[in-house]
Amino acid sequence: MTPSPEPSPAETSSIVIDRVTKNFTLRHARSIKEMSVRALRRQSLSDRFRALDEVSITIDQGETVALMGLNGSGKSTLLKLISGVMQPDEGSVRVRGRVAGLIDVGAGLHPELTGRENVFLNGAILGMSRAEILGKFDAIVEFSGVERFLDDQVKFYSSGMFMRLAFSIAAHTEPDVFLIDEVLAVGDPPFREKCLDRIRELRGEGRTMVVVAHDIKMLVGLCDRGITMRQGRVIFDGPTEEAGRLVREDRAARRTAAALADRPAAAGARTTSGESGG
Amino acid sequence: MTVTPIRVDDGLRVPGAGGGLRRTVQNRYLLRLLVRRELRARYKGSLLGLGWSYVRPAVHFAVYFYVIGVFLGMDRQIDDFPVYLFAGMVLVNLFTETLHSATRSVTGNAALVRKVFLPREMFPAASALVSLVHFLPGFLILLGGAVATGWRPSPAGVGAAVLGFTIIVVLGFGVGLLCAAVNVFFRDLEQAVDISMIVITWSVPMIYPWTHVRTHAPGWVLDVYLANPLVSAVSLFQRAFWYPGADGGFAFPPDLYARACESLAVSVLVFIAGHAAFARMQKRFAQEL
Repeated sequence: MTPSPEPSPAETSSIVIDRVTKNFTLRHARSIKEMSVRALRRQSLSDRFRALDEVSITIDQGETVALMGLNGSGKSTLLKLISGVMQPDEGSVRVRGRVAGLIDVGAGLHPELTGRENVFLNGAILGMSRAEILGKFDAIVEFSGVERFLDDQVKFYSSGMFMRLAFSIAAHTEPDVFLIDEVLAVGDPPFREKCLDRIRELRGEGRTMVVVAHDIKMLVGLCDRGITMRQGRVIFDGPTEEAGRLVREDRAARRTAAALADRPAAAGARTTSGESGG
Repeated sequence: MTVTPIRVDDGLRVPGAGGGLRRTVQNRYLLRLLVRRELRARYKGSLLGLGWSYVRPAVHFAVYFYVIGVFLGMDRQIDDFPVYLFAGMVLVNLFTETLHSATRSVTGNAALVRKVFLPREMFPAASALVSLVHFLPGFLILLGGAVATGWRPSPAGVGAAVLGFTIIVVLGFGVGLLCAAVNVFFRDLEQAVDISMIVITWSVPMIYPWTHVRTHAPGWVLDVYLANPLVSAVSLFQRAFWYPGADGGFAFPPDLYARACESLAVSVLVFIAGHAAFARMQKRFAQEL
């Protein structure tokens, strides 16, 4: 890393994202056959797509930040850059302390293993040591509510049980920076409430959190700060309510556009009814 | 009680930069769990369980022994042919299995690679360790067979065995790392690797003596043949476990030990290159998978 020209980030910052750009290459053809067909038709073999465009965000320790935006606005890509799964093409991402994510929590669970084995495996994947897992084992199992099926293979779990176990392992990793992507959409309402309580508890311990979700009402209640993204750029960074309002506007605009494309004649009537989203 | 202190004193760092083989080795606990997961998952729900790792080499062995040894008469050309065959076979199986499973290790864990940051070397390393676990029963049988034909441990034998084993492990893991990384970008590779196994099995003096190459092929073919590190490794294993019990009258390839040391050097270089290539390519794994 080269020393950055701007004043060094304050001691309190937890995540520093500095002018990050990320491109993806969408390949239309994989095999030689597809490639030659596309070449003969003079179609392009691949497209470049800018997922993030000069994004700069600094998040302080202990802040709970909501990342909002429509699908494809770059929220998940940003989380992947923070967790280190992907590297930026330009700019830099730096974090302080241990980062763990509730990013598609089921990824680390192996269907052939029992619930008990999965607690250890997934815990270790999320960065816990054996001693830590042993210490929290009872808490994890109690939280998930799958005690009775702990020694059954996870493939026999219902999807709700599966997600509950996965969430409860991830929620007990106690990292310094916690990334939460869309996982709150899982489970029945009581469990969801339990998850939110757990997140508030972690927040109370002064951990930094970045939350991605489509439920704006929930985000407004949970987060100190909202960031709205549109087509890979940060368009707003400030109070959560305002960030949420912008996303609702984007949704309405998208719906109007869809309606226009569908039925050009009825477009005028649709614009007003489109406001009720979120 | 469960609250871990927040380490405010840690500096800012680049996420995902702390990978590499060193971190993989440091995180031994996770590596052990991944190996166990691999073994459990492969045999869960089967009656024989890990017993299958005996059946596969046993069938291989029986086919080679009856077809090549008995029907084609190799048994009469090589003393203690079963031990000769099996000494080479356990080693070649170790190599091909390492290669086969390491090649698929990253693509097979695509969900994890895309979602959670782990040192990606973890996956080929776990595959290589699983192959070593499968190597163990075969090796014990080999020892039993060798003892039955009059083999006793000697310093020279143990040295040859260690050298041969090291060549296979280093070379297999090095090529495995390279293949694991390239397979993310070109899935054709796993097909090519599987086909290459047929060639590998027949390109080492495991089923026939190396002297057949000398008699039936031109000189330069023999040179190429003997330059193969796998040939050296297999010869070393035969030197270690078969030769002491056999009735002599068999000459190993000339300069066996000099070639073996060269092979080891080549294997180490392949390993360094494979590791470097993997480290470079792993930065793009998440977006390619």
